[in-house]
Amino acid sequence: MSLPGGRAASAPLLGHEIEPTIFELSVAGRSAYQLRTTEIPETALSDFLPREHLKTKSVALAEVSERDLVGHFTRLSHRQFSVDLGAYPLGSCTMKYNPKFCDAVAADPGLNSVHPGVPASLSQGWLELLVSLEDKLCAITGMAAATLQPAAGAAGELTGLLLMRAYHEANGDQRTRVLIPDSAHGTNPASVTLGGYEVTTIPSNDRGLVDLDALKAALGPDVAGIMLTNPNTLGLFEEEIVEIAEAVHEVGGLLYYDGANLNAILGVIRPGDMGFDIVHMNLHKTFATPHGGGGPGAGPVAVSSRLVEFLPGPRAARREGGGYFWSTPDHSIGRVHGWHGNAMVLARALAYIDVHGGEGLTRVAQHAVLNANWLRERLRATLPAAYDRVCMHECVLTATWLKNEYGVRGLDVAKGLLEEGFHSPTVYFPLIVDEALMFEPTETESLQTLESLASSIERIAERAKTDPEGLHHAPQSTPVSRVDEARAARHLIATEDAAAR
Amino acid sequence: MADYLPHTLEETQQMLSFLGMDSLDQLFAHVPASVRLAQGLDLAPGMSEPDVAAVFAAYSAANTGQLSQLTCYAGAGAYDHEVPAVVKMLASRSEFVTAYTPYQPEVAQGILQAIFEFQTMISRLSGLPVANASLYDGATALVEAVNMAAGATQRHKMLISAGVHPHWRAVVKTFARGTGHEIIEVPLKDGVTDWASADPSDAAAIVAAYPNYLGVLEDMSAVKALSISSGGLFVMCADPLAAGVLKTAGDWGADVFVGEGQPLGTALSFGGPYLGLFACTHEQIRRLPGRIVGETLDSNERRAFVTTLRAREQDIRREKATSNVCTNQTLMAVTAAIQLGWLGTQGFAEVATRSARAAHYLQNELVQIPGVSPVSTQPFFREFALRLPRSASGVLEDLVGEGILGGLSVESLAGVSDPSIDGDTVDVVLIAVTEKRTRAELDRYVEILRKVLS
Repeated sequence: MSLPGGRAASAPLLGHEIEPTIFELSVAGRSAYQLRTTEIPETALSDFLPREHLKTKSVALAEVSERDLVGHFTRLSHRQFSVDLGAYPLGSCTMKYNPKFCDAVAADPGLNSVHPGVPASLSQGWLELLVSLEDKLCAITGMAAATLQPAAGAAGELTGLLLMRAYHEANGDQRTRVLIPDSAHGTNPASVTLGGYEVTTIPSNDRGLVDLDALKAALGPDVAGIMLTNPNTLGLFEEEIVEIAEAVHEVGGLLYYDGANLNAILGVIRPGDMGFDIVHMNLHKTFATPHGGGGPGAGPVAVSSRLVEFLPGPRAARREGGGYFWSTPDHSIGRVHGWHGNAMVLARALAYIDVHGGEGLTRVAQHAVLNANWLRERLRATLPAAYDRVCMHECVLTATWLKNEYGVRGLDVAKGLLEEGFHSPTVYFPLIVDEALMFEPTETESLQTLESLASSIERIAERAKTDPEGLHHAPQSTPVSRVDEARAARHLIATEDAAAR
Repeated sequence: MADYLPHTLEETQQMLSFLGMDSLDQLFAHVPASVRLAQGLDLAPGMSEPDVAAVFAAYSAANTGQLSQLTCYAGAGAYDHEVPAVVKMLASRSEFVTAYTPYQPEVAQGILQAIFEFQTMISRLSGLPVANASLYDGATALVEAVNMAAGATQRHKMLISAGVHPHWRAVVKTFARGTGHEIIEVPLKDGVTDWASADPSDAAAIVAAYPNYLGVLEDMSAVKALSISSGGLFVMCADPLAAGVLKTAGDWGADVFVGEGQPLGTALSFGGPYLGLFACTHEQIRRLPGRIVGETLDSNERRAFVTTLRAREQDIRREKATSNVCTNQTLMAVTAAIQLGWLGTQGFAEVATRSARAAHYLQNELVQIPGVSPVSTQPFFREFALRLPRSASGVLEDLVGEGILGGLSVESLAGVSDPSIDGDTVDVVLIAVTEKRTRAELDRYVEILRKVLS
């Protein structure tokens, strides 16, 4: 068999030497900056700024040479795992390969040097791009229109809930509750609170799906809607979605689709066809825009026709007879971003969609689901699935037996994988599965990489029998070993100044 | 058909056989047929990268406002500062770009330490002891500040100066639909907030901008006094570059600092991704929104960094979390740390000084032109509002014809006529100057505006 391309065990993650902070590298009087020669008269600040506003002492920053700056941040980058380095099967995060082409598109000054406040006449290319993306996202989700403003998934969720609120209020309808399954991402209940609603939690049944009877019992005229991820966070498709949609619509509620797991259904199933009214997408997951170590993302929200009039504005729109302009819907909830959203992320996502086309996106979902199922089946004897049947783009496995037999927990398995050159799966989520390990291999990992990942997990399970203590102390080959999180929280040192070196 | 899948047809078949299946469709057999797409997506077929590049080249060409064509004087929170090759190259290292949120600290020390350094820099330039790991942008950072104030005071009345960027005020109002906060805008008078016109009793937050969106430097000690008398938090929205020469939020006694971090190394980018800055006092730390990185030790007693005070966050607290934020703008925060590392103590002060100096040089020259007058007589930093003898958008269009992006029309920015400005706002232009502008460019602006208005 060929060798895997997605294993980072031999990668140049540096050894155990601590990298000094930039402040520790600082030497007073050293500098790296160079500015333009402007020939503007060098008047004193106090000539034109009142003394009561002036700072008496400069803000102290690090003082380093350009060479030291490059060395420092390059060494820091060597202490960081990334998709480009190796497989990153972090469940729910869709850490697929990010095509370099999309970054090249975003590096074009014709896009990235445009000021967001210029009139539409000077940014026609941008407006056309945004309209094209909105059209395609609507085609993919089966919705009528979308806002591209929300900067991330959680921002999209809250935007969606405010749309839900605006819709009910326009109907003179005061509703107070939003239903959420117990398997939902934590952002869902947090967004519901900020949307001014109360959370009603719906339990999962023994198949890991929404308990339809419990759902029906919780429904009533005070329910504004339900937030669902489908496939859900167990990687399972909510097979009774049609019945769920009917029941929620029956009481006048709306269905919100959390697009965190959209990668599973691209070009195969559309949220609109399942009965959803509001859909947010995580472009940094499904459409491969790089996640930047925690962001930026982009969380556009698409809606069915009855909600279009409430969308945030301004939105780019096509003018009859040619050209593009900004337009704000009649009953818009208002802005949800300082400008037009994370535009450079939006551009990357459009490039990704254009390369794939409809059929390419379908292949993405098919192979994401294929990879997850292959891994689930391959690990059957080592880490059984929490719910043993066909999954979608991710599988939730459980390490309960390793804990019971050898005292090795899911976290130990996850940390052991780091030593093997793979990123960990998501651990202890969803909360309803004991010793959960959520693997999302994504479609861009090869069979060889998946086989290597499975073999690594088998080795870890073997080691659980012979050397459980070793696993409790894993990883050791990484830049640092297990960190003391309790110490960090007990004695907060969040700045160099608090460290008082 | 282009894509990025590694599977050969044989491998796909081999994997399906392993699952006891013979087609990819079978993977979805458990999905009700009624919700499955029969025909596939209604999208054009995929294109190769060079073909897509040609489509994007056309978008790019249609953006006549790009700065290869124009000298930029547009601002309002988004500024044309120098970002050197070294910052762009370091910030585009794929280890930073293609990582996820640092959930596994053992293999995420690069991002975690860079964020720790970023937090230190933001803490110092805000003059407040704690900064978070970033929020989406300035506007949404202000939303979080307002929510923090509500949590801290158990009150819901927010006094917000009309000097706060109009888009930020709009965003705060949007999110108040959910939280139910009462948003009271306090108008400007001669470019300065007329706090005397507002009733501060029971205020959760007093929100002011420094400088305000017209560029004016208001006396923040008045805001501090109001905050003390009312018991509401003093939230200061500031241009982060201002700290290069002006007093910080901490110097003015603010409880919370929020800012738009775009001036710290991020391209104009048509408005995003930008960088929401947030810092606060120790008293508010348990209510801090978003992630924060702390220093600790690993099991071998080596220094290590980790996200901390996690009990505030949505994945643990769920509906009781301080905020719903999860993904933030980490890469922009790392970029800001690199940019501020490049500038250093001296460079940061120098960029602020040069921007302020150039802005004052230009303003002084422009007001000599007949019919051009300042909107406010108050001191300003690096941006200023001028009244023109005719419609600002018309004048700006004429300037574009001469290769000058001469600023932004206040009315287009605010969306409506701003009642805070005396007279007709249609004629008001907002002009920003950065350290990049040379004397020759400024002199040319003056010359061309004189010509355009004559």
